[in-house]
Amino acid sequence: MSSTATEALRTPSWTDRKRYLWLLSMIVPLVPVAGWGLVNATGLRLFWWFGPMFIYILMPLADVLLGRDSENPPESALAWLEQDKYYRWCTYLFLPLQYASMVCACRLWSRSDLAVVDKIGLAATMGMVSGIAINTAHELGHKKEHAERWFAKIALAPVLYGHFFIEHNRGHHVRVATPEDPASSRLGESFWQFLPRTMIGSLRSGWALEARRLRRLDRTRFSLRNDILNAWLMSVVLFAALAVAFGPSVLPYLLGQAVLGMTLLEVVNYLEHYGLLRRTATNGRFEHVQARHSWNSNNIASNVFLYHLQRHSDHHANPTRRYQALRDTDGAPQLPAGYAAMIVLAYCTPLWRRVMDAKVVAHYDGDYTSANVQPGAAKRLNRRFGRPVSADQRRSVA
Amino acid sequence: MSSYQCPVCGYLFDELRGHPREGFPAGTPWESVPDDWACPDCGVREKVDFEPTAVCSGGGHVTCAGQLTPPGR
Repeated sequence: MSSTATEALRTPSWTDRKRYLWLLSMIVPLVPVAGWGLVNATGLRLFWWFGPMFIYILMPLADVLLGRDSENPPESALAWLEQDKYYRWCTYLFLPLQYASMVCACRLWSRSDLAVVDKIGLAATMGMVSGIAINTAHELGHKKEHAERWFAKIALAPVLYGHFFIEHNRGHHVRVATPEDPASSRLGESFWQFLPRTMIGSLRSGWALEARRLRRLDRTRFSLRNDILNAWLMSVVLFAALAVAFGPSVLPYLLGQAVLGMTLLEVVNYLEHYGLLRRTATNGRFEHVQARHSWNSNNIASNVFLYHLQRHSDHHANPTRRYQALRDTDGAPQLPAGYAAMIVLAYCTPLWRRVMDAKVVAHYDGDYTSANVQPGAAKRLNRRFGRPVSADQRRSVA
Repeated sequence: MSSYQCPVCGYLFDELRGHPREGFPAGTPWESVPDDWACPDCGVREKVDFEPTAVCSGGGHVTCAGQLTPPGR
């Protein structure tokens, strides 16, 4: 190893204050077990719904109470932070816990003495775990190590979203914050309009990417070489094994939790790039993605549970960078609250528009036409923000 | 035979080795790689953004854009 490389790996004087907080991320896959425990301890059946309570109430509350953390590791500590294997184990261990929870949930769904409404609550709880598991898969799937890419597929299997790590890495990251990206939401587009567009569009795009790769290899797309098909097969095998072990009555709950998990991922996608647009460069290509093309937040609770996902500008600038080394970027657009609270806002379109449309328009100095605008939304945006004034007109007024 | 490196994540495309999984077998010339082919590791730079590199005597790759003339430029 060269002397510079050794230098980079030497433990720096800087200490990572969040080092042991990352262990808390393993609370999420244990939420169904915690819910079960709470039902038994309190006798309150409401706690079968502990997953949605955790995501929609406890996490936003924790964001408010624990505040923000904008501390960045110094440049000199990045290489050392990235090579420290402790941090990756925090993500790897999510997987056995996620699977253990799923097996426990199947055991409970197969019980005849549990009311259907309680089983639905447990499916909602498991769906939250599956949704957050897509985030764990996201962290793993961006890495260059072969094993980590496999772990990503394993985390995606219970949520039937195996195509995600193809489309996300090779589709979304390439076209982020452009009208061409199904996973970048547009100004004036409600979450409920975005949801079908992103789900169908991302599936199509991921399939096309894989088909193109296989065409170059002169292979058929309908084979197990297709990374989308082999990832889906993993889901089929998993669900079949669970149905054999616990009876086919678990299948509707397994499907329900998977759909809920997908929608949780997509609502996070919705808020990450809302309205932000990359300009077209003179060569006709979109400008390279910049800090200004992602919404960020430094709320520490959401950051710990989501592996710094909210340091989203740095993630898009350096997609292979490990979560512990992601930095708060100067000049990156900031959300008014953590992702957890913004999710709740996103479900409620009028509230979302009230807060976020104004944010986007302010980001573009009052000119909404510089944003990534939803077709058909111009009339409403004109009414609220006024007709856009061209740069020339602004100069002449000044 | 030359190599080309992604300026963001350091991924290296070596013409000698190609990238068989991506459909570029060993010996694929850089000119045959489509312009819109995105870096298979980070995805945020495309072929046209890659920098030519030279294999140095020490065995490591050093980017030396400007020293090598990439094909088609």
